[in-house]
Amino acid sequence: MRAGLMRDLGLGLIGLVLLLALPALFPHPSLRDFLIYVIAYGLLAMSLNLLVGLTGLVSFGHAAYFASGAYVFGLLMQGGAVSIPVAMLAAVGGTALLALVIGAICVRLKEIYFSFITLAFQMFIHSIILTWVDLTGGDQGLRGGIPRPPFLGIDLGDAGTLYAFCAVVFVACLLVMRQVWQSPFGYTLRMIRDNPARANFLGVDVVRMKLGVFVLAGTMASVAGIIMALFVSGAFPEFGFWTTSGEAIFMIMLGGTQVFLGPVIGAFLLQLLNHYVTIWTHHHGLVLGIVILAIVLGLRRGVADYAMAWLADRRAAAAPPATPAKAAAPAETKAAG
Amino acid sequence: MNLDVLAGCVATASCFVTQVSTGLIVGMLLFLVASGLSLIFGVLGVVNFAHGVFYMLGAYFAFAAYEATGSFVLALLAGAAGAGLVGIVFERFFMSRVYGKDLLMQLLVCYAAILICDDLVKIVFGADYKLMGMPEAFATAPVEVLGGFIPGYYIFMVGMALGIGAVLWLGINRTRLGKIIRALAINPQMVGALGINTRLLYAGVFGMGCVLAGTAGALAAPVRTLTPGMGLSVLIESFIVTVIGGMGSIPGALVAAILIGLTRAFGAIGFPLFTDGLMFALMGLVLILRPSGLLGARTA
Repeated sequence: MRAGLMRDLGLGLIGLVLLLALPALFPHPSLRDFLIYVIAYGLLAMSLNLLVGLTGLVSFGHAAYFASGAYVFGLLMQGGAVSIPVAMLAAVGGTALLALVIGAICVRLKEIYFSFITLAFQMFIHSIILTWVDLTGGDQGLRGGIPRPPFLGIDLGDAGTLYAFCAVVFVACLLVMRQVWQSPFGYTLRMIRDNPARANFLGVDVVRMKLGVFVLAGTMASVAGIIMALFVSGAFPEFGFWTTSGEAIFMIMLGGTQVFLGPVIGAFLLQLLNHYVTIWTHHHGLVLGIVILAIVLGLRRGVADYAMAWLADRRAAAAPPATPAKAAAPAETKAAG
Repeated sequence: MNLDVLAGCVATASCFVTQVSTGLIVGMLLFLVASGLSLIFGVLGVVNFAHGVFYMLGAYFAFAAYEATGSFVLALLAGAAGAGLVGIVFERFFMSRVYGKDLLMQLLVCYAAILICDDLVKIVFGADYKLMGMPEAFATAPVEVLGGFIPGYYIFMVGMALGIGAVLWLGINRTRLGKIIRALAINPQMVGALGINTRLLYAGVFGMGCVLAGTAGALAAPVRTLTPGMGLSVLIESFIVTVIGGMGSIPGALVAAILIGLTRAFGAIGFPLFTDGLMFALMGLVLILRPSGLLGARTA
């Protein structure tokens, strides 16, 4: 357990150094923008995967918390009374509360009905954002920019500092989610995904566990929203539209649901795909659609999941020759199982 | 919010009649799309997230046939049959591969179909708005009811939709084929064991659902502008309708579609920005109080 934590911390640090080194090695502003998008949407997809891949709850309304984080943060900063860290904490806390209220209703429903009710809540919030023009600016979004006053000697007005700040927050969130992924709580969630009746029978409070992960996922999505709001210096109703949720689901599926970092890989691939396909052709949807079909019907799972399964197969295939010839037959069956 | 105007409209007979008729045609189109969605879900157990595509295809096929022949009857037939054929192909080659897989796989296949078909329509018909125009048979003076005016085509649309709904209900509940389809929904292995080609039946039911969506699109073509991507808003609303009415229930879809149509028509006057919010609030409320929908079979 301890060793696992140390290894995760080490890997997180390596990841952070890589993220920070990339823009320094290739000093191109568009690379930094690209990476911030991957960070924000990757974090959104990772948080959604706590529900989809870990607990088996397919939420169609996860972008609601992305938008809530962005809007609460943006409004507090435009109010001008608080510093960036305080506004961030308030946005995260407020979103957690929102997720608690919505989740308490949603997690009682099963399967497709859960998907629909999360969608309903998200679209309801989206409509409130559109209608409450005095507060949110309606379909124009939060205009006039979000001020970024320096705090603790950190000036987020500088693009490089902003990027570094986002990268640090991103890696910190990944580490938190990694701990949940590996914890007894995480394994309880897997049990709920695979067999809720048995989990209930073993004394697990299924509704409370689902609610717990729902709030956690919403909280993490709000951090992604804050990063996005900081980066684009605004908040827009599209953040809370169903297409944002759809994109996050697509990233998860593209990357894979069962490998921890799969959704980030999916976010990266989707951004890359969007970037290059729009350069080559006007028929962006046609190409993207064919790629999706190829992945779903060809690989039948996300890219990272596929790679993991392929590696496992190779290891299994490589194992028998290493064992003595006499024991080969039983070893083979063991490796296959 | 403009609730005074809404109250004023409800109090005036002419405005009330006009809005009710608008609400009814919106509702009837939704009913056709949603009953197709409901049929597919009820029998195949999959949610066809690409259902809006068939509505769009129906409208464009009708448009093309009307341009080519000038006959509205042929246009309707082309819309319905074209959407049905594409639906069968989609079911056989793509959708049937993800039956029994998790929801996300089905969602992605449908999402891919939406992206591909929207772009194909853009390539074939162009990205600009298209207008089909009112067929000559309906270019008559509107009917006056209590001071409000209802175009003749609206009455035709409502009649068509109700007629199709009735035929569908009778077909499922009163014929031998309908009995087989209902059995297929409950126990496909048993139906197969009795020597019935379940694959063919699945494709047929999926195609039938797409015919319903295509008919709605063809009926909508004279009164709506055609754009690639027009299926999306219809898809979302027909989801709301199926959830409120109860997944798999055709009478439920009718009640819910009229409810949503009227909400849209009167909401457009009273609170144009919040109409969507109100529809989703209705859907949320139904899901909380009666998860299986107003007229859906109670499962749990």
